[in-house]
Amino acid sequence: MDTAAFSAWIREFARLVGQNKDYLTELDSAIGDADHGANMTRGLNAVVKMLDEEKPDTPSALLKRTGMTLVSTVGGASGPLYGTAFLRMAAAAGDAETLDDGTFAKMLRAGLDGVLARGKAQLGDKTMVDALTPAVDALDATLAAGMPFPDAMQAALRAGEEGRDATVPLVARKGRASYLGERSAGHQDPGATSVTMLLAAAATTLTA
Amino acid sequence: MKKLINDPANVVSDALRGIAAAHPELRVDHENRIIFRGDAPVQGKVGLISGGGSGHEPLHGGFVGLGMLDAACAGEIFTSPVPDQMAAATKGVDGGAGVLHIVKNYTGDVMNFEMAGELAEAETGVQVATVVTNDDVAVEDSLYTAGRRGVGITVLLEKIAGAAAEERRPLAEVAEVARKVNANGRSMGLALTSCTVPAAGKPTFELSEAEMEVGIGIHGEPGRRRVPMAPANEIAEMLVSPILSDYDFTGGGGVIVFMNGMGATPLIELYVMYNEVANILGKAGIPIARSLVGPYITSLDMAGCSVTLLKADDEILRLWDAPVRTPGLRWGI
Repeated sequence: MDTAAFSAWIREFARLVGQNKDYLTELDSAIGDADHGANMTRGLNAVVKMLDEEKPDTPSALLKRTGMTLVSTVGGASGPLYGTAFLRMAAAAGDAETLDDGTFAKMLRAGLDGVLARGKAQLGDKTMVDALTPAVDALDATLAAGMPFPDAMQAALRAGEEGRDATVPLVARKGRASYLGERSAGHQDPGATSVTMLLAAAATTLTA
Repeated sequence: MKKLINDPANVVSDALRGIAAAHPELRVDHENRIIFRGDAPVQGKVGLISGGGSGHEPLHGGFVGLGMLDAACAGEIFTSPVPDQMAAATKGVDGGAGVLHIVKNYTGDVMNFEMAGELAEAETGVQVATVVTNDDVAVEDSLYTAGRRGVGITVLLEKIAGAAAEERRPLAEVAEVARKVNANGRSMGLALTSCTVPAAGKPTFELSEAEMEVGIGIHGEPGRRRVPMAPANEIAEMLVSPILSDYDFTGGGGVIVFMNGMGATPLIELYVMYNEVANILGKAGIPIARSLVGPYITSLDMAGCSVTLLKADDEILRLWDAPVRTPGLRWGI
């Protein structure tokens, strides 16, 4: 996986979020404050513009600038959380010009660890962690079992989607949805939903 | 959606241009979306900055000026500003005595201010203290929530801590006054209607003519429960009872009562409500020392109100009465 592949990944993530902007906002209206779609779209548009203008020359530089741009443009809780995830991924990617499958998996785990450290959420709190954790676990497990990367990434995506779907009955314990108490149950978490778009983008762009 | 706007995407920047045009005594950094006191940084004075999502006007930008904030960072509607803004504001108000960050307890605000504090301290060595407001009794403060929300007390705190800073008290003391105000204050809010975020184009939730939403915050989010519509005296009970059972307001120097409008409720209804709240406090033997009535921490076009009680002492009352000159609050000058 080279810088061009990572660029394609982030651009596809931006496309998926932009396409689902209203859907994400609708999910956020039910248990939050109706801005997840708009905020993520604004941030990812800025990221795409940055990629066009700056053309970062290593995966690490690309991820770092993506993280910094998101921190500077998204706001809310998603800005620091996604921003921290990409900054940690950048650190884990090192100086290499191309990354192998194992390094990518380590990188994704570092991103998850960043989200956990910044947001202090645990599995089951009805947050983006609920989709990211099973995906990272699945990627590690399938790669360790010798599965080729494209299949492993598909497995990670499926695990993330199952994690996302499993947020529906949960009562939120973190973020704005937690103010609703029991009334947050019965709704799908918007953050977990945008995480599956990040995974879906990886599954379609990083396997070629 | 029927709103007095141009492009929904430009509401915040258009409003900032309006503030700059209406208030030449303030300085607006349009790029970073910061409203500064015209004379910032004030040498030797602790700088006070706050910020948060837009849509709560006059909070925070309307409270920038002598005796209150030195700068306010405007985020998108209902979205925390980003660390770059807060770091720029911190540097812009640092008059050598340090800077106090006033943060409402929301996940995004807390995380962004945290990153900003780290950024500003690393870049310039400016000393930053933080006070987080969390006065909303509608939220259970437990491991199972993000903690109580910062709502009405934030207005009173910005006024009182601002006056303490104006007396040239050091950062640690200004922060201590601010924390005392937060610790002595409680709020509860209620909505008669939802509100419409311009970018969303429709109300955040639906509420029938016969119902109201109790325990709401300031972001159009649904509250704790939905109950049938009731007369003002019963509504006042619903708001004041949980406040009084959460904290002992008796003794001391009485209370500051803040009857806040959520944006679309007319002042006449706020006075009807204020009267009911005053009756309840009278029966409970809690003297009212000062009052503030009006829409000061709003939720766009939401109809409804919130009640904030602050247990006062001599210091709090003296600082409350001190001169203030901002677009939103102005007295003693």
